[in-house]
Amino acid sequence: MDPSGNFDVTSMAEGELGLSSPSVVYEEPASVWHRLARNHKISIVSIVVILLFVLGAIFAPLLTPYEYDAVSLSERLMPPSPTHLFGTDEVGRDVLTRMLYGSRMSLIIGIVPTMLSMAIGTLIGMTAGYFGGKVDTIIMRVADIVMSFPSMLLAMVVMYTLGGGTFNVFLTMAFVGWAGVARVVRSETLKLKESEYVEAARIMGVRRFRIIARHILPNCLPTIIVLFTLDIPAAILTESSLSFLGMGVQPPSASWGLMVNAGRAFLYHAPWLCFAPCLAIMVIVLAFNYLGDGLRDVLDPHLQSQ
Amino acid sequence: MKGSKASNLLRRLLYALIAIVGVATLVFVLLRMVPGNPVATLLGEHADKETVERISSSLGLDKPLPVQFADYLLGALRGDFGQSYTLGKPVSELIGPAFVNTLWLALAAALVSWVVGIACGLAAAIHKSTIVDRLFMGFSLLGVSLPVFMVAMLLQYVFARYLHWLPVAGVTDWTGYILPAIALGWGSAGSIARLVRSSVIEVLQQDYIDTARAKGRTGTQILVLHALRNAMLPVITLMAMQFSGLLSGAFITETIFSINGIGRLAVQAIAGRDIPLLQGTTLLCTFVIVMGNLVADLLYSVCDPRVRKEA
Repeated sequence: MDPSGNFDVTSMAEGELGLSSPSVVYEEPASVWHRLARNHKISIVSIVVILLFVLGAIFAPLLTPYEYDAVSLSERLMPPSPTHLFGTDEVGRDVLTRMLYGSRMSLIIGIVPTMLSMAIGTLIGMTAGYFGGKVDTIIMRVADIVMSFPSMLLAMVVMYTLGGGTFNVFLTMAFVGWAGVARVVRSETLKLKESEYVEAARIMGVRRFRIIARHILPNCLPTIIVLFTLDIPAAILTESSLSFLGMGVQPPSASWGLMVNAGRAFLYHAPWLCFAPCLAIMVIVLAFNYLGDGLRDVLDPHLQSQ
Repeated sequence: MKGSKASNLLRRLLYALIAIVGVATLVFVLLRMVPGNPVATLLGEHADKETVERISSSLGLDKPLPVQFADYLLGALRGDFGQSYTLGKPVSELIGPAFVNTLWLALAAALVSWVVGIACGLAAAIHKSTIVDRLFMGFSLLGVSLPVFMVAMLLQYVFARYLHWLPVAGVTDWTGYILPAIALGWGSAGSIARLVRSSVIEVLQQDYIDTARAKGRTGTQILVLHALRNAMLPVITLMAMQFSGLLSGAFITETIFSINGIGRLAVQAIAGRDIPLLQGTTLLCTFVIVMGNLVADLLYSVCDPRVRKEA
């Protein structure tokens, strides 16, 4: 039937039944953004919050008159005031400034290693799911091993081996994160492999690599995007916990976890030292979680029941 | 039928064993990749070469790596993890009591998360799409989004330092576990609440709920006897899986509240470059997690006849 036929039926039905509103049934499928805006207004708020953080991280030097490492001993441990909105720390550095610079580290560590573990996990998960057999068994047992480690402990052991520092935090987080992704992508691939269009492609003689790239991967993408959005806050939390224990990012780099770690000694005299970075972690993690929830409902209703 | 059940159990046991041996190997390899002689690092720059060699050989560090690996695996099988470098005691004597402390903490935290999680999830499901639902779900997302150290420090500040209701840190009696348990259980309470909610909502749409209602069962009876019972299946799995998360959180909680548990021991082991202690704590944690997952698998198949049939 040609497309115009559709419209005729709609207008006829409307005319006969006297419906005032146009039928929803024939509407083009709304874009992800429209559906998010309609059903998950809080996701849109989250996107705005995340963008604000990203802009704050990029334009930190323009937003604050202070340097993030400018020591000023005459202004030690000053409570929040109009000149220092979140107060100053034990050597007189402006807490808000350090928080802005710290957001660079925390956002990068939230995003870059997660991308890395997504890429590795997707590749491995699709391979395991598509080829099955021994490859699958071996890969899934290795994933089991990584996942039976408490993530914090695994991260600590890897950080111990590699030594502290930002780049090693990247590697550690990717090393810890890929297994969970591989599991989900594998089960998704198993489902897709049995679908009729993949079978049709196989019968037509399409090469395996092409089937994976053209049929499996695009259909796994919604799941991968949702996982990505939900893994970013998890990575930010892991980084802040590692840095809190002194095993993550090393000073003089500023990260939120590191700021809490340093501020803990002054918790009772100067609670604002911990308050600001904790607030930042809470807000950004909440924003990503809300966005991930929204995307999951919109893109991938199956994931919810898992 | 019975044979397949037994072989299924065997297969799961085998997988669990592979995971444990795999972690043991991974830890060994990772810790041996650290550059430099651990003894030299421990003794500092001023130690003479002879002392370093003597201590290395007494710790068995001069043997070839495969021999060291075999010693370590065989020792671990007998429960012997070697001598701690920094605390001067056998690792097995150190991790035993520490594990008991962690177990109490984890159980208390699990209790908090189950009670709070199930109550909030159920309340949200009953009042679906109302303000109650939104409030509880917003609250639970907050639970998932707060770092453990933040909740712990906040509780410590408010209830111990400010109100003086509970001890700040350390455990002398059971009251010492209250704040750490809440701090640790908070996060998983959030995810349990979310799962209970979606699970109960799904179950309430089933036909047998209508049947029960038609038979004249009251709302409470339906909720407890039918909805909650069936909705708990996925929750059980999540609870067991979260044991791993609880152990991870214990590293931070124990450090903040000065509880001598396995997590604090591992943090100390890393700070002191104490390889045997780190190996011991790691293996114990892994063992607990793998067993937790195994029990969850089995429990699930016991609770759900459909899974039992499939297996």
